[in-house]
Amino acid sequence: MSTVSVSITVNGERRTHEVEPRVLLVHYLRDVLRLTGTHVGCDTSNCGACTVILDGAAAKSCTVLAVQARECEITTIEGLAAPGEPFSAVQQGFHQEHGLQCGYCTPGMIMACTALLAENPDPTEHEIRHALEGNLCRCTGYQMIVNSVRWAADHPDGIVPESSDAAPSAPAMQGAES
Amino acid sequence: MSLIGARVLRKEDPNLITGRGQFVDDITLAGTVVMAFVTSTEPHSRILAIDASEALALPGVLAVWTASDLAGLSTLGLPGLGRPLLATDVVRFVGEPVAVVVAETKYLAADAAQLVIVDYESMPAAASITAALADGAPVLHSVLGGNTVFDQPFADDLESDFSAAPHTASLHLVNNRCAAVPIEPNACLADWGPSGLTLWATFQAPHHLRNTIASYFGIPQDTTRVITPDVGGGFGAKINFVPEYFLACALSRTLARPVKYTQTRSECQVLMYHGRAQEQDVDVAYDDEGKLLALRVRVTQDQGAYPDPTGMGLPVLTTAMAAGCYKIPKVAVSWRNVVTNTTPVAAYRGAGRPEASYVIERIIDLVADQSGLDPVEVRRRNFIPADEFPYATHSPLAVYDSGNFAGAQTELLTLFDYDALKVEQARRRATQDEKLIGIGFSSWLEIAAFGPPGSLEGFGHLGSWESVQIRVQPDGSAIIYTGASPHGQGTVTTFAQIAAGELGIPFDKISVRHGDTATVPQGIGTMGSRATAVGGEGVRTASVRVVERAKVIAAHILEADPADIVLDGDGFAVNGTPSHAVPWSEVAWKSFRPLEIPADSEPGSLDITVFQQVPNFSFPSGAYCCTVEIDRGTGEIEITGMYLVDDCGTVINPLLAEGQVHGGVAQGIAQALYEGISYDANGIPQNSTLMDYLIPAATELPSYTSGRANTPTPNNGLGAKGIGESGSVGTPPAVVNAVVDALSHLGVQHLDMPITPLSVWNVLEEAK
Repeated sequence: MSTVSVSITVNGERRTHEVEPRVLLVHYLRDVLRLTGTHVGCDTSNCGACTVILDGAAAKSCTVLAVQARECEITTIEGLAAPGEPFSAVQQGFHQEHGLQCGYCTPGMIMACTALLAENPDPTEHEIRHALEGNLCRCTGYQMIVNSVRWAADHPDGIVPESSDAAPSAPAMQGAES
Repeated sequence: MSLIGARVLRKEDPNLITGRGQFVDDITLAGTVVMAFVTSTEPHSRILAIDASEALALPGVLAVWTASDLAGLSTLGLPGLGRPLLATDVVRFVGEPVAVVVAETKYLAADAAQLVIVDYESMPAAASITAALADGAPVLHSVLGGNTVFDQPFADDLESDFSAAPHTASLHLVNNRCAAVPIEPNACLADWGPSGLTLWATFQAPHHLRNTIASYFGIPQDTTRVITPDVGGGFGAKINFVPEYFLACALSRTLARPVKYTQTRSECQVLMYHGRAQEQDVDVAYDDEGKLLALRVRVTQDQGAYPDPTGMGLPVLTTAMAAGCYKIPKVAVSWRNVVTNTTPVAAYRGAGRPEASYVIERIIDLVADQSGLDPVEVRRRNFIPADEFPYATHSPLAVYDSGNFAGAQTELLTLFDYDALKVEQARRRATQDEKLIGIGFSSWLEIAAFGPPGSLEGFGHLGSWESVQIRVQPDGSAIIYTGASPHGQGTVTTFAQIAAGELGIPFDKISVRHGDTATVPQGIGTMGSRATAVGGEGVRTASVRVVERAKVIAAHILEADPADIVLDGDGFAVNGTPSHAVPWSEVAWKSFRPLEIPADSEPGSLDITVFQQVPNFSFPSGAYCCTVEIDRGTGEIEITGMYLVDDCGTVINPLLAEGQVHGGVAQGIAQALYEGISYDANGIPQNSTLMDYLIPAATELPSYTSGRANTPTPNNGLGAKGIGESGSVGTPPAVVNAVVDALSHLGVQHLDMPITPLSVWNVLEEAK
């Protein structure tokens, strides 16, 4: 099958490859660039596991052909925090508030939340739930994801306050809603 | 310092939030080729011919296999009713693989699968229990003569009790067929080389799979390795032996290439085994005070096209747990299994117990409705008293370990103002158009911690224990290897928490490794809410033994009696003399140096393996309440409150326990209101994508309000009962009871799940 040349800036680096015109962006990211943090969970664009940030907006990379992303800028989960740098606020929020269990939907969920906070830095619970309507999680029941986004909104620099550090010594709050 | 009960953040998270997790499809070996299925579009047809010539002619296609290429590869499942790896002569459900294609890339494999032409001769299909049991129904497996696989009759149908009873209530319930929908569909990568076979699989029980694969192919276990890397959700649907694992291995052996299979979601919806799919006939007899006198439950389990051993166990669990939290003088149960032209049915979160709680919690609401009593009060009058444990039920499987059902209900009623809500409910009903309010309760319990000796062997497992090995490293850190194989539960964190307190080694210096048969001694797996209650107890047991041995070394260093050594600070000290101490790092280092340990000791002694057993199942329980509002114009149902009191005994990590509850509750709400796999009369599945199978998003689910009850189990030293399935057990009846309650003034006594706005709207229209 014929191929076309595609140049896309991914996580700040311009990448050029020959790809079949039919190749989906998600498969380009996973199979060509070997950026396997972006996942595939369905084939009907419902689940959002493949969400990346494309020219500043959340996009489901299974609904975009690689050729359509030509000359675009893409951020994947691997590009959120540079090597050696701390987690982004959203990543840290998911850690602090137990916003993930199996972790499969998580990269897409984090990218969608990152795009939400870029547009709306102080979202209500209602706004968070609606912004995440296109991202499915089967493990958490979403409340802790909502809490994670609120944590990130409340800690935009991603720094964990001293008092609630991740040290495993915090007293148990049985059944508490954080 | 004990970390049991501490809100510890997960060790699992850093990889998973940075895209550095490793799921099966992320792994590609040199030379990997891709496998894809050609699946049946027919529910019940004879295969007349398969033409693969066009597919084979496609450059980059390595093989197309049909059943005729499977010589020597046996069937899976029940003897005599086994499922072939690829349909042989007859297909029995839509989605059943009829051929498998291997190509250089996933795009090529998909192209080639499209080019395979299958010629079918249609036969009549039976795609429901009713159709399969009808006179003259098409027979799926001629060896059965009909479509009933097994029928356990009532030992005594209690007819005399029912005819003598002052009141009775009866319901026919459909427990809707659900798809587990882990966001990661099935995937595997098989690499069968000259030195042996390695299979990466998204699976809940790696050793179970390793043992089965080895015996299936007649190869030694030592050169057969199964790795379950990060697993993207399981929910019970990843413990079944499905054809793809065996085919990938066989193809890799033949082609001498690593073979990868990654299921599409559309395939997953029809290939991954479904759950629930039960019909239940329940009758109760009760007196004027609402006290239950007798319970009779007949379960009919849809097994799908090929009965699976786990599927066969579902009605056993349902009937064992049918009496729930209640003291009922007489209980009679009966069940039968039926094959249909549908996807096979096996475990889905709760596996038989959500079906049981649904039976008893629906019928007790009907008793309340018929007798004019408050559903809270009817439950309270029938609870097994807290001082009657252990409590032997009608089933030898179910001897309840501990519980306080009235206590949990009392705690539940502190979470919201029930009386005020009832007043508001009455006020709204009197209006013409304000939203109706419904309040639904469930007091549930389930059977967990699988299990005591013999409980898993029946499903083909090697044992019912769980393995834990603790290896103290020379620097004083420790690695725990366990056969528990988590897929989101947070076991790496909770096991390290348990060990930290017992070992006196800091949480940050304890790693937990799992999911690899080459490194973990032996193992069973994570299902049946067993990881903490069995494996976690193993961590405690092994830790205690490690400390015993470490004390001998510490005593030698401190020139003291081992009986006088205690854990202290970051190591060991002589009891009462904290200054006479040695750090863990020194004890660990010297444990490997023969000249620095007692002469009668061996180096490397701080390495303990435990095969942890438990004497009985545990029985997590709880009390839930769901409140709903119903739009009278559209039938739309909104959950306005979800109040949850769980009693799983000792909580290791409240954050993670809460997460388990939320996830189970979400799936329970989904079963009650949104999800249901259905087939049309011809056997065509109606929900083969996520466009037409509604797994809820954040917009469909409420916030949850939690309380907690705590009756530790006596079955293990931790007191932990298990929490993984609770939410999915307790929630569906609470939600359905709430919707039925909202409509009860219209004479509604039951609505089947999933209760859609349409079914509510129909009720409201009829009432006009």
